[in-house]
Amino acid sequence: MIEAYLSLFVRSVFIENMALSFFLGMCTFLAVSKKVQTAIGLGVAVVVVQAITVPVNNLLFQLLLKDGALAWAGLPNTDLSFLGLISYIGVIAALVQILEMTLDKYFPSLYNALGVYLPLITVNCAILGGTLFMVERDYNFGESVVYGIGSGFGWALAITALAGIREKMKYSDVPDGLRGLGITFLTVGLMALGFMSFSGVQL
Amino acid sequence: MADMKEIKQVLFGPISNNNPIALQVLGVCSALAVTSKMEVALVMSLALTLVTACSSACISLIRTQIPGSIRIIVQMTIIASLVIVVDQLLKAYAFETSKQLSVFVGLIITNCIVLGRAEAYAMKNGPGMSFLDGIGNGLGYSAILIIVAFFRELFGSGSLLGFEILSPEWYQTNGLMLLPPSAFFIIGLIIWALRTWKPNQVEPKE
Repeated sequence: MIEAYLSLFVRSVFIENMALSFFLGMCTFLAVSKKVQTAIGLGVAVVVVQAITVPVNNLLFQLLLKDGALAWAGLPNTDLSFLGLISYIGVIAALVQILEMTLDKYFPSLYNALGVYLPLITVNCAILGGTLFMVERDYNFGESVVYGIGSGFGWALAITALAGIREKMKYSDVPDGLRGLGITFLTVGLMALGFMSFSGVQL
Repeated sequence: MADMKEIKQVLFGPISNNNPIALQVLGVCSALAVTSKMEVALVMSLALTLVTACSSACISLIRTQIPGSIRIIVQMTIIASLVIVVDQLLKAYAFETSKQLSVFVGLIITNCIVLGRAEAYAMKNGPGMSFLDGIGNGLGYSAILIIVAFFRELFGSGSLLGFEILSPEWYQTNGLMLLPPSAFFIIGLIIWALRTWKPNQVEPKE
């Protein structure tokens, strides 16, 4: 039991890394990775949101939306799965808004550092992508908790690594047109190639 | 209604001067995942342009009624409903392509271009101009997507839109081009080219 959860965790952090194997959450990944400190802050926020939304959406899917899931309410033939997208994003948007208010009240420095990117967590594809993968693979509740934490952690790891590289890159002489965004794309491409080597690992 | 010059600026500005992918860093995820074939890239561009334009127009219509603190949820609901419509349409009329796009149609909801334009433009401008702004940004996104898909399909499988261009008798296909990391390199090089052409987009030294 524990072993299965552990291997799911390792798989979601390294082998199926949200940012570097599935390329989800790229917009914030590229835009907020200039400083390690901000990157860690955003990484933590993503882990928290991911760890809450994936299990919540899992309950929603299992108890309300799945084909035949409404049997407990006397409607065994109802299939509401076409409402999936809109309900998942509703849950995510509501949670991010709550997180935004909490941070604003209790951690104003982190709130200011994250700035416009906090509302953008709503549109971070990694969050919705995590939920969609969870639905596609039909995880149970326990697995969805592990998968949520693992995939969020993997994303946080990747953005911190990229921020570390970009901080060092300040000292190198990049051609004018490539400076900033261009060289970042090339760096992420190389990182992604590196992470592809995990894809052969069997657990 | 604004004059012709402003309309032109809103409609065609995002293609080269203010490209959503190359300059605003929005909507990159799908640009990497759906560009291994031209056909899929075209369908994706069309879907995204439609959703962006319609959602911007709808949000702009009710922009004075939305309370600030819950605006994101309202915007997401509108966008998600539009995406469900597009998803069902694709499943009905282009089933094969919709299968290849898999989760990425659903991920249009979280494509930052759609929400980014809603936040930055539609909340402040009238519905007509917002509609055009949505189309313009959709076109900018499509331009990058089609360029990337062109190179990846041509060199990766030696064909364009499914027709064979480079015959396998003398052309050894480059498998790297079909892997997602190649899209990073191509977009990086496009940005380089674009900024050499328009030097005012070069980022200042830190």
